[in-house]
Amino acid sequence: MASSIRVRATSNGDITEVQALIQHPMDTGLVKDPKGEVIPAHYIQQLTFECNGKDVFVADWGTAVSKDPYVKFSFKGAKKGDDLKISWTDNKGASDTTTAKIA
Amino acid sequence: MTTTSGPLATRRLILQGAASVALLGLGNLPFAPAHAAANDKYPEEAFKQKNEADAIKALYGRNAEPSDKVKLDAPEIAENGGVVPVSVTTTLDKVSSISFFVAENPFALAATYKFAEGTIPGVANRLKMAKTTKLVAIVEADGKLYSATKEVKVTVGGCGG
Repeated sequence: MASSIRVRATSNGDITEVQALIQHPMDTGLVKDPKGEVIPAHYIQQLTFECNGKDVFVADWGTAVSKDPYVKFSFKGAKKGDDLKISWTDNKGASDTTTAKIA
Repeated sequence: MTTTSGPLATRRLILQGAASVALLGLGNLPFAPAHAAANDKYPEEAFKQKNEADAIKALYGRNAEPSDKVKLDAPEIAENGGVVPVSVTTTLDKVSSISFFVAENPFALAATYKFAEGTIPGVANRLKMAKTTKLVAIVEADGKLYSATKEVKVTVGGCGG
């Protein structure tokens, strides 16, 4: 299966801009399906961006983050060609990891 | 509400269970960065608080002061409460975290982001909003809390049917 994480990391001088889009249902556990049964909560709890052995950015998410979450941030201290490792875990214990090259 | 009490009770149990096995879960993750465990524990309690004041207390343990150095960008009117683009930027130094609280949601805390040194203090993401609500962003900088607030009108809620 293709990775659930799509990342674009672009270096602009000293600053690297990161945009990530993750495929995930982000179910709140409050919505019912058409049969009237509650769809159990299923959402990403933690998303980590690691570069050169350091966590540059960590997101803790609740159920209020939209389906197929998007996040954007920037950091200093990386250069073109460096690896950026992105991993998430959800409330059911599932996880995914991908590594992107900074362009 | 007899139909929903069963699943809700189950969910509570699952959440309680999740809190106790959170560390275990991280440990099982083969790719989890070794240094992430202690400091970056998932703030389970804060995400369970229903109103904004309790959530802020659970997450930070103190109150924030409004600051014009925190710039919260969100639409005045959101047509789809399921996907509301929200971003925060700040001119404050030594920012260690930024959090979003949606006051009218079933659980107020939406997301909290931790910043390492060298990470630019700003983040953009997309949040769900149940209805027209007050949106609060809190920036933790140099041990102090600063906030910005904005009212977002939601025409179609983000919590399904």
